[in-house]
Amino acid sequence: MKFARGSILAAAMLALSSSIAHAGVTLSVLIDTNPESIASLDVLTKAYKEKNPDVSFDVEQRAGGSEGDNIVKTRLATGEMADVFEYNSGSLFQALKPERTLADLSDLKSEADVRDIFRKVVTGPDGKVRGMPFGPAMGGGIFYNRKIYADLGLKVPKTWAEFMANNEKIKAAGKVAVAQTYGDTWTSQLFVLADYYNVQAQVPNFAADYTANKAKYATTPAAMRGFEHLEEVFKAKVSNADFGAAKFNDGLRMVATGEAGHYPMLTFGIGTIQQNYPDNLKDLGFFAQPGDDASKNGLTIWMPAALYVPANSKNVAEAKKFVDWVGTKEACELMAKAVPSGPYLIKDCNLPKDIPQAVADMLPYFDKDGGTAPALEFLSPIKGPALEQITVEVGSGIRSAKDAAALYDQDVQKQAKQLGLPNW
Amino acid sequence: MSRTKSPYPYWFILPAAVIFTVLFLVPTLASFWFSLTRWDLFSVEFIGIENYRQFFREPFLIQGLFNTVIYAVTTSAAKTVLGLLLAVLLTSGLWGQGFLRTVMFFPVLVSTIGVGITFTVLMHPTRGIINVALAAIGIHGPGWLTDPTLALYSVVLVDVWKGIGLATVIYIAGLASISPEYYEAARIDGATRTQLFFRVTVPLVKPATVTVVTLSLIGGLRSFDLIWAMTRGGPGFSSDVLASVIYKQYQAGFYGLSTAGNVILFALIAVIILPLTLWFNRKEVEL
Amino acid sequence: MNSRRQLFTGLAALAATIVIFVLPFLFIFLTAAKTKQDASLLTFTLPQQWQLWQNFMDVVSARDYMLLLAYFNSTVITVAAVALLVLFGAMVGYVLQRRPSRWNTLIFACVMIGLMVPPAVVPTIWVLQWLDLFKTRTGMVLIQIAYGLAFAVLLFRSFIATIPRDLDEAAIIDGAKPWQIFFRVILPLLKPVTVTVIVVQSIAIFNDFTNPLYYLPGRENVTVQLTLYNFQSQFGTEFNLLFMNILLVTIPPLIVFIFFNRQIVAGMTAGAVKG
Repeated sequence: MKFARGSILAAAMLALSSSIAHAGVTLSVLIDTNPESIASLDVLTKAYKEKNPDVSFDVEQRAGGSEGDNIVKTRLATGEMADVFEYNSGSLFQALKPERTLADLSDLKSEADVRDIFRKVVTGPDGKVRGMPFGPAMGGGIFYNRKIYADLGLKVPKTWAEFMANNEKIKAAGKVAVAQTYGDTWTSQLFVLADYYNVQAQVPNFAADYTANKAKYATTPAAMRGFEHLEEVFKAKVSNADFGAAKFNDGLRMVATGEAGHYPMLTFGIGTIQQNYPDNLKDLGFFAQPGDDASKNGLTIWMPAALYVPANSKNVAEAKKFVDWVGTKEACELMAKAVPSGPYLIKDCNLPKDIPQAVADMLPYFDKDGGTAPALEFLSPIKGPALEQITVEVGSGIRSAKDAAALYDQDVQKQAKQLGLPNW
Repeated sequence: MSRTKSPYPYWFILPAAVIFTVLFLVPTLASFWFSLTRWDLFSVEFIGIENYRQFFREPFLIQGLFNTVIYAVTTSAAKTVLGLLLAVLLTSGLWGQGFLRTVMFFPVLVSTIGVGITFTVLMHPTRGIINVALAAIGIHGPGWLTDPTLALYSVVLVDVWKGIGLATVIYIAGLASISPEYYEAARIDGATRTQLFFRVTVPLVKPATVTVVTLSLIGGLRSFDLIWAMTRGGPGFSSDVLASVIYKQYQAGFYGLSTAGNVILFALIAVIILPLTLWFNRKEVEL
Repeated sequence: MNSRRQLFTGLAALAATIVIFVLPFLFIFLTAAKTKQDASLLTFTLPQQWQLWQNFMDVVSARDYMLLLAYFNSTVITVAAVALLVLFGAMVGYVLQRRPSRWNTLIFACVMIGLMVPPAVVPTIWVLQWLDLFKTRTGMVLIQIAYGLAFAVLLFRSFIATIPRDLDEAAIIDGAKPWQIFFRVILPLLKPVTVTVIVVQSIAIFNDFTNPLYYLPGRENVTVQLTLYNFQSQFGTEFNLLFMNILLVTIPPLIVFIFFNRQIVAGMTAGAVKG
């Protein structure tokens, strides 16, 4: 009896959903749970539906981090992928075996207006472009609370030593100096990944040598600094007491509301703060992760994620039409208005006048010649899958920076071997 | 009646045999081959024992192996000892024992994921109820799931909490099948309660002990859900067990490597369980 | 004197049990009734404002009523797999117990393998794809049968040993066919152990998370445990909805348990322990 009732309900639901599908084409879309992604897709689908009333969207959300990588990979491998999906560009895109799994987008009209720097990171080994930028470029650095800085008379640090000195002052004032949130393990990688501008400033060939199995983290002092920073922050005891359990959202709350002075993060956190703590947005500032040399101060940047179309989708043509439109200036400016948290990568697509303070803090790096460097994952196809566990270890005092760098080198080697790269 | 037609025909076995062979034996055998390859579901490339070499080179793997054994032994020891004691307590005519039996069985029914999420919240280092309660009586509670030396044991505690009801029920059933005459005879001989427990109850409840130990050991060695729901193997790699290492390799798309891990887990289980089973059986013959 | 001591021990045990086993459930229930802000404090207090119904509706309607679909899928998989497990398991246990032969060694070896060997996940996916059963409910049902068979066969075999052979022989003399003997004479006598198998396996399969995670991807295939896992990342900060979900997922096994509570111990005694 119970069984029968359940099946009637489900049958009714199935009937309902299929009747919606019957009206025209329904494009299924898979995106991550970041509020910025949701907001961007929301404005895009609304505008697109107005122009194309016969198209409707079925949006599904997935987890981020390595959990998300797994979902995307297995669903692609098993033919269960949505018609359009959002995923990282760069090395994570390369790990999808794009030449076999993704539709070729190089013939789309709007690809011509996508900036070269982005097209490069969504181009497969066969030279075909397979992704369309979705969202703004991001900076990886440190969010800071402007109120705390003003109250304590602090200056934005240009060197790591100044940064640590600020931390001591914030700690002395009874606040958390550096929010850490290892409950979401991926957030622990920032000090290492966002240090890449400084690595490149000292060792310009690092990316190429690293890919060719010539340069290692453990034997390149500049590259090891990221791990050492993490260790120093742990040893200075300037983080929140629940750093092992706190989550991404907790970190953003802390730095926005003034519980914490700093939170190392990508600028895509701005969207969440805008949504959850709009009154605190003006207190949120941002600076690049400082290195050892004040004269070589710059920002490590992340390319936006991209929209992709799986090669075996049932609606490849419709999906490509939608993705083509996403690459237009019109669509890009819609996104820029909804999520003004960084520069966009379509030609002539400008941010609105009214932007959050943290974005205003970030833009000068982009305007300065040589003020930015892409993160390593956009310069090399190899990123070890265990980095986030290793950085949690360093940040929790379980492993020393030196050991961690060596361990990460091994992890990288494993990834390279599994990718079947030459020289490994 | 012809002799060839047994009233117990072998075709009765057929449906089960087909399903088991195709979906269990074939993949198990195939795993030996796939563990020797680089495999990404699109293409297979034979690379010899490279995956095994890789697996044993992973520094966290040794710890994972060690953790797997610790996890299995501690959970099954706790379930065996506590299960027997609780079963004795709950068959002693205690006030409200029916209610207690029922309540203790509840966790067995809840999904592991649900239990994992709930206890992750209860064990939050600063705001979790456990540490808030400890603070109220002046104890500074540890980071149950965030302290690398403690995380694995915290999961063990929750595993025991979840599984103790089943062990207790198995023991209650075992106790019920002991004839009261043994107790009468021992009591006439002047045995104390402690002696009754060790000389009569423990030996005679052995079939139940074998069941509890075997089930909980195998379960412990293969355990994945609870660890994944509570710590994802962390902090760092400190609560990784073989099953979570295998899952992480699967997650990273290293299917050959993941399958090699599976073969290693199989070998570990065989090395522990087979001698144990033989030992249990031999003791039975001696009795 | 003695009875008073028993009362005290009983009360102490009761208090300890309530703290250890009841409080976590109470916490789930209370959190499920709170508002978002209230629940995010993680405290063990009564809700400032009860909104059990609203949270219920929010969880049920989330993602296009996905939870209902998940209930449907989980129920279909559980009912089908358990029914076939009982049938096939009893058939094997019956022949295994009644007809000693060389084959028995092989069957026993398979049972031990089935109990011990961790399933080889990726090769199983490969087999399922080859059979066109990957990410189908049928495939999931067959997987659950394959993984549960060993346990069921063991239980049935040891219980069938307690059924006198005279019954089969009487039926044979009456001219009954083998399947008639099994279905009309033996199967009805297996009720106690069947109840045990049903309870144990239906709870295991309904609560199974790992296997659907591996073998049943795709949103139209969700099971209740997968929704819970997904909601964990989606509801990130909304603990009230997450715990409402846990509450809802716990109810079906609880119902099974309340119905069969008494028979569980009986079945265990008859099957697993005497064996």
